[in-house]
Amino acid sequence: MSNLLAWIVLLPLAGFVINGVLGTRLGGRRVGPGVVGLLACALPLLSFALTVVCFAQLAASGAPRIEASYTWAEIGGRRLEIGFWFDRLSAVMTLVVTGVGSLIHIYSTGYMKGDDGHARYFAYLNLFLFFMLLLVLGRSLLVMFVGWEGVGLASYLLIGFWFDDPAKAAAGKKAFVTNRIGDAGFLLGMFLLWHAFGTLDIDRINAGLAGGVPAAMSASLVGVLLFIGACGKSAQIPLHVWLPDAMAGPTPVSALIHAATMVTAGIYLVARMSPLYLQAPEASQLIAAVGVATAFFAATIAVVQTDIKKVLAYSTVSQLGLMFVALGVGAYAVAIFHVVTHAFFKACLFLGSGSVIHALGGEQDIRKMGGLARRIPVTFGTFAVATAAIAGIPPLAGFFSKDEILWFAFASSRGGAVWLWALATLTALLTAFYMFRLLWLTFFGASRMDPKVEHHVHESPPSMTGVLAVLALLSAVGGFIPVAHYLEAMLPLPELQPARQSLQGLLVGVAVVVGFAGLAGAAWLYGGDGSRARAMGERFAGLHRVLSGKYYVDEFYEAVLGRPLRWLSDRVLLKFGDRTLIDGTLHGLAATARGAAGVFGALQSGSLQRYALYVVLGLLAALAWSLRHV
Amino acid sequence: MGLSLALFAIGLLGLIVRRNLLVMLMCMELMLNGVNLSLVTFAQRSATLDGAVMVFLSFIVAASEIAIAIPIVLLLVRRRRTLDAGAFNELKG
Repeated sequence: MSNLLAWIVLLPLAGFVINGVLGTRLGGRRVGPGVVGLLACALPLLSFALTVVCFAQLAASGAPRIEASYTWAEIGGRRLEIGFWFDRLSAVMTLVVTGVGSLIHIYSTGYMKGDDGHARYFAYLNLFLFFMLLLVLGRSLLVMFVGWEGVGLASYLLIGFWFDDPAKAAAGKKAFVTNRIGDAGFLLGMFLLWHAFGTLDIDRINAGLAGGVPAAMSASLVGVLLFIGACGKSAQIPLHVWLPDAMAGPTPVSALIHAATMVTAGIYLVARMSPLYLQAPEASQLIAAVGVATAFFAATIAVVQTDIKKVLAYSTVSQLGLMFVALGVGAYAVAIFHVVTHAFFKACLFLGSGSVIHALGGEQDIRKMGGLARRIPVTFGTFAVATAAIAGIPPLAGFFSKDEILWFAFASSRGGAVWLWALATLTALLTAFYMFRLLWLTFFGASRMDPKVEHHVHESPPSMTGVLAVLALLSAVGGFIPVAHYLEAMLPLPELQPARQSLQGLLVGVAVVVGFAGLAGAAWLYGGDGSRARAMGERFAGLHRVLSGKYYVDEFYEAVLGRPLRWLSDRVLLKFGDRTLIDGTLHGLAATARGAAGVFGALQSGSLQRYALYVVLGLLAALAWSLRHV
Repeated sequence: MGLSLALFAIGLLGLIVRRNLLVMLMCMELMLNGVNLSLVTFAQRSATLDGAVMVFLSFIVAASEIAIAIPIVLLLVRRRRTLDAGAFNELKG
């Protein structure tokens, strides 16, 4: 088959159309939930199988597969094509997207069973997968942008999936609006690239960049603009506020979109445009700085969160920050490596938390959990593996990828620095700490559950636990997949600073110690009856408040952007602009017309004699005027 | 000249003061003829034919005007059974 890539992309779309048309209330529910679930899982799996076929072909031939399917538009001799591009980078991403995506679809059949919007949910999920594949496989930035916007749309639909709850609908809107801000940057960057290269095909742009930056553009400016787009999608400071709120959606959605795939689109974009960033050291430094700041702040917030999904959400933001650090110091392959391992363990964690929530009938507050290890053993086991993986306990997946990020943050000759490394390591310590805290509060200790809830605790169905087991296995051994090495042919790793090369052994040691220190800290604080944690919270009450308030970023935005905007819309636009200016003008015109009509209406007395008099007066006036002027 | 001015003034006065439609029409004719008279006089004085030609033109206009006006008045009278111009004031503002 010559257009395998198009098939990979289009199969989920078919799932969306069929499920959306036939299964939903809109379409009259012509097919039952069983068929919907089967179809929704089968099509992504088929996509995954096709991806594996393409991957095998790529491995055999070594040449990237390019499909130009359709000319979308031709502007002044420049073409915009819808084409697909399958090289090593997109191969890795496609495998993750379709693979983890399929697993999460399977999990969802168990999690969403009996929900009223079952078919709608799967239709959205398939739609998301379609757009994500478009994003990953798109050869041109424009196709990528379509996918980029599309995943934003799917994310919005799924966050607000239970739209009868206003808070959840608001969270969806927040995600959508925040993403738009980033998209503006992406668009501007695209315009500049189009202006400079006359094409948006990524391979052509990158080939053009190999010969140096054209005079028509500034690599740093384009780099920063594209990074703003990446910030929006990948939830970096200052656009990170939407991701924690996005947890309002169903938990598998949080796993698929807000942990494993969509949020890594920003990483993918930067890695894809790496030839540009290699020429833009300022932009790269900005990326590293923003990344490490985000990683650190999000990690500190995660330490005090009490909602199981919020902890994971801030953890995701923090891990994405670490990936951006890797991108900023030029270790693009390492960032993608972390994307892959992170997809495994974060999907496992989210799905595990979904399983916990499922078991407790909707309870998300970890203060009301505890002692679940024996009640739901499979969930506990997989959750523990994934926790250890994210905390960087060797030899699990997170250890390898995170360790490489830390190493390059320290030793890369493209901006590696001690402070980057120190902050990133501190983040790693906090990560280990809050993840084990989460594990402890959820699964160990005495139960703090409602007796009513406790009575109903049950292990999830095999469709869910099976997926958890697969993902836990991947989190355990994922570090041995040589992703970075595989990508090195395409995205070479940066040179190391010679003076620091000898320190690798020491740094690995520090990373291991940090992982275990986090574990020990959490065990000491939250083991026992939790009095130590309470005492700690009281001693640092101010800090605790700031962290619980998430540094008041939302409040800050509300005060700086929200309120002035509302004031502007209310006072200036509505009251002055709309009511006074526009309505006032129209009302004024109407009143003038009415007044004039009154005056002229009085003239129209109906008496012919008076009309004749008017005529005479008019004639006299005309005569007088012409006498004076002629 | 004086006569033509007098004719015009009488016609104008009659048009404004009287309420009978037929009388008003006659007053209008009076005004027209006043103007015609002055035109003829001008023609006489300047010894050209221009004024006379204008008079013929205004005769034709006056004849056609009356030809339209009389049927209109007839129709109005048939509707209201009166010649009073004040009776036709439904269109006033």
